[in-house]
This record gives sequence, structure tokens and C-alpha cells, in this order.
Amino acid sequence: MKLITAVVKPHRIDEIKDALRTFGVQGLTVTEASGYGRQRGHTEVYRGAEYEIDLVPKIRIEVLVEDADAEDVVDVVVKTARTGKIGDGKVWVVPVETVVRVRTGDRGPDAL
Amino acid sequence: MNGADTAFVLISAALVMLMTPGLAFFYGGMVRVKSTLNMLMMSFISLGIVSVLWVLYGYSLAFGDDLGGGLLGNFDHIGLKGISPETLTGGKEGIPVLAFALFQLMFAALTPALMSGALADRVKFSAWALFITLWVTVVYFPVAHWVWQADGWLFKLKVIDFAGGTAVHINAGVGALAAVLVVGKRIGFKKDPMRPHSLPLVMLGAALLWFGWFGFNAGSALAANGVAANMAMNTQVATGAAMLGWLVYERIRHGAFTTLGAASGAVAGLVAITPAGAAVNAFGAILIGLVAGAVCSWAVSLKFKLGFDDSLDVVGVHLVGGVIGTLLVGVLATGGVGGATQLGRQAAGAFAVMGYSFVVSWLLAKGVDKAIGFRASEDDEVSGVDQAYHAESAYDFSAVAGVSSARAAAPAAVSDKAQNKKVDA
Repeated sequence: MKLITAVVKPHRIDEIKDALRTFGVQGLTVTEASGYGRQRGHTEVYRGAEYEIDLVPKIRIEVLVEDADAEDVVDVVVKTARTGKIGDGKVWVVPVETVVRVRTGDRGPDAL
Repeated sequence: MNGADTAFVLISAALVMLMTPGLAFFYGGMVRVKSTLNMLMMSFISLGIVSVLWVLYGYSLAFGDDLGGGLLGNFDHIGLKGISPETLTGGKEGIPVLAFALFQLMFAALTPALMSGALADRVKFSAWALFITLWVTVVYFPVAHWVWQADGWLFKLKVIDFAGGTAVHINAGVGALAAVLVVGKRIGFKKDPMRPHSLPLVMLGAALLWFGWFGFNAGSALAANGVAANMAMNTQVATGAAMLGWLVYERIRHGAFTTLGAASGAVAGLVAITPAGAAVNAFGAILIGLVAGAVCSWAVSLKFKLGFDDSLDVVGVHLVGGVIGTLLVGVLATGGVGGATQLGRQAAGAFAVMGYSFVVSWLLAKGVDKAIGFRASEDDEVSGVDQAYHAESAYDFSAVAGVSSARAAAPAAVSDKAQNKKVDA
């Protein structure tokens, strides 16, 4: 199994969620996050005083999938999250040892 | 008694009252979350302190008969002695003196509150309360006498200050500068970001100020007449023009039309038209507004260059705006009032108030600092003066805090049940 984590622009959440549901992903976790990449945030001006806001709002989406689906899910996320502008985010994949469904105690792929 | 004029002045008094809480929101939105309530309170407390002082001796010192030299009123009306509901200004066709006194009370309450923005985040609430108590007594009441009482020396000099450009705005702007020089900079000034925590609150405050300012300016005619109408019209157009002036300057200089700029520009225009509005026509008012907006927008950057921490730009907006309006009367006044002689009088009035207010405000701030300490401790300033002096916080953001307070309540509920069970058993 794999854990796919995507940190993306907040306003893309609905498209990504819908696309993943259409693809057949059963569940996901969304967290509000903040951070910066190479573009280092933005500047705000208050009465002429400039402030560098380097931590910009993002959302983090986490999805657990079977190994075979990982590449396709990454593609779905990347396609729906992309705006082409700077700050679109990152997606990464890490291996997962075990997954347990808390209610039933099911383990592995059955627990997804 | 003139019923129409009386009604107008009473309504104007209520409008001016709204300016102090309006100012509180204007300033409150501009500070960081941790001192929002303190900022609101520093303005709001003025309504408490000055209302009482005004009755005790303020009205008498400002508008009592002259004690000599046009410098101060006498003590004849201590506790509003000798003024009954039937006492009228200017004979049978006047308005009740009480209506005038109430109207002027609102000015006296607003003026010290204006200074609070310069000292945001870092002074003891008790010291602030003491400071404004002394300040209105020794600075505001006398200066109001100079400018508005028929015996006052600036009044006799024919300085035009229709609704308070010198007595209110220059006075408060300079007082704020003096206090800032005594109190010092906020921890992290020029280093840490101190951006406004709520621009909608700033906008709300600016809007309330704008609304209340019709009472402040038009009400100063003390009659429901053409002068009041001219002043109301000029208040509106100067303020609109000043907003445009500020925004255009800002767009050219900093690249954006900011919300804070629109709100600040409006206030700068209101300040600048205050002394001038009754002596100019609507076109003159627009000019005053445009100049005030652009120049004040430039002036707020001075504090970074000169290194004093006037937190919310009281100097840049009220002092500079007040000076612009006071001087431009000399240039733009209609009806044969304007000209070089008047410009000279206006400058003399402005500089007299600046000199007196700066020196005395500085001495008062020093005195308060020596007596009880003006400044908050470093710990209190860093963690926020709201909790230190008001035992409150403006907002509850944290879901975790919500949970823990729910938990704090839970054990009591549980133990109640447990007790009931015992009783049942």
C-alpha cells in the first residue's frame, strides 16, 4: 500500500475530491496547512510598509491506496490540482507497512 | 429658544459621540490580535473620564468667562453651576447652553482618544487613563478656550478653526508625538511584522467616523442653516477627494489600491476639512481633500525615516492633515477672508498650539512615567496588553482552547451526577 500526500492550493480541493471519487478512491483526509516553496510567498503593503508573507495557506490531502493504483491516483491529483501558475504544490508517495480499520480490526487492503 | 437649532445641535452631539467608538474600531482593527481590546478601551475610556471632568470643571475652564489674557476660562461654572435647562446662548433665539455644553463635551472626549493610536500595544492602561485626565485638563481645555471662546487669544487673533483643526487635530497629533517620544518604540519596531489584524474593522471604524463627522463639522455651525449645509457638503466632498488622493499616491508609489489606504485617506480628508470647511466652497473642499490625501499618504512613512514609533500614524494623519486644512483656509477661503494676512494668522495659530501642546504633553508624559511608569513591562507587551490589563482576549481562535474549556466544565457536571446517584442510593 502507498500513502499519497498532496499539498495544493486550497481552491482546488473540490475538483480533486470529485476526481478521486470518480476514480474510485474510498476515503481521504484533508488538513489545512501553510508553507512555501521556491516562490517564497507574497508581499502585502500597509500604509507603504511592505510585509513578506512567506507562509501561504495550502491544503494537505492524504490518500491511502493499493500499490497498483498509486501512479494513477497521483496523475489524477496532479491533473486536477494544476493551474499552471506558481505555487500549485507538490505530491509525493511513500510506502505504508500496515493499515487497520479501527471499527473492525481489518488489516491491509481490506481496511482501505 | 430656537427649537430647530436646538434639535440640530442635540443630534449633532449624538453623532459626534459615535466618533469615539468609531475611532476605537478604526484603531482596533489596525493593531495585532493580542492588543485589540486594549486599543478599543484606550479610546472608549475617554468617554468615561472626560464626561465626568467636563461637568466638574472642563466646561468652565474652556467656555467660562476669561480669567485673563485669553488663556483660560474661570471657575464660575464648576459642576455646571449657574446653567439651568432654561439658560440660553445668545438671548431669546439661542439654544440651551446645556445643548452646546453636551456638543462640546463630545469634542473633549474624542480629542485625547485620537492620541491613543500612537501608543498602541505598549502602555499601561492605568497610566493612559491618568495621562488623558491630566492632558485634557492642562492642554485641551485651555486650547479650546484659546480657539473657540470669544475671549480666547487665538479667537481674537481671527484664526479660523471652524470645527477643531487646531484645537482637536493638531493638538492631539502633537500631543501624541510628544507622548511617543517619552514612551518609546514597540518591541520589534521595524523588525517584526505588525500588520493590521482586521481591515474590515478598520473600514467599519472609518465609516462610523465619516458618519459622525457630519455632526462634528456641520454641528459646529450651532444652527440648522446654510453654514451647516455648506460644511456638510464640504465634509462629504473633501473626504471623497482625500480617499482618491491617498489611493492614487499609493498606487503610483506602492503598486496597489489598499483598503487601509482608502480608510486612512478618508480620515485624512475629514481632518483637513474640519478647520476649513465653513470658509471654502465645494471646489475648494475638493482641492483640500486631494492635497490632504496625497500628502498624508506620504507623511505616514516619515516615522520609519525619523525613527519614532507612532504606531497607527496619528502624527501623519491628524497633525499633518490638521496643518494642511488650517493653512489652506488662508489660501482658499472665499468671501474676502483668504489671503496672505489670513495665512499668517492661520500659521500663527497652528504653531502656537503645536508649541504649547508639545511641551506640556511631553512634561505630562514624563511626569506620569516618573510617578507610576507609563510603559507596560516587556513580558506584558510581548504576550499582549489585553490579558495583562483587561484579563480578556478579543478572539477565541483555537479549537483546542474550546475543548479544554468544555472539559473544565465537565468534571463539575459529572460530580453533580455522582452526587445525585449517592442521594438516590
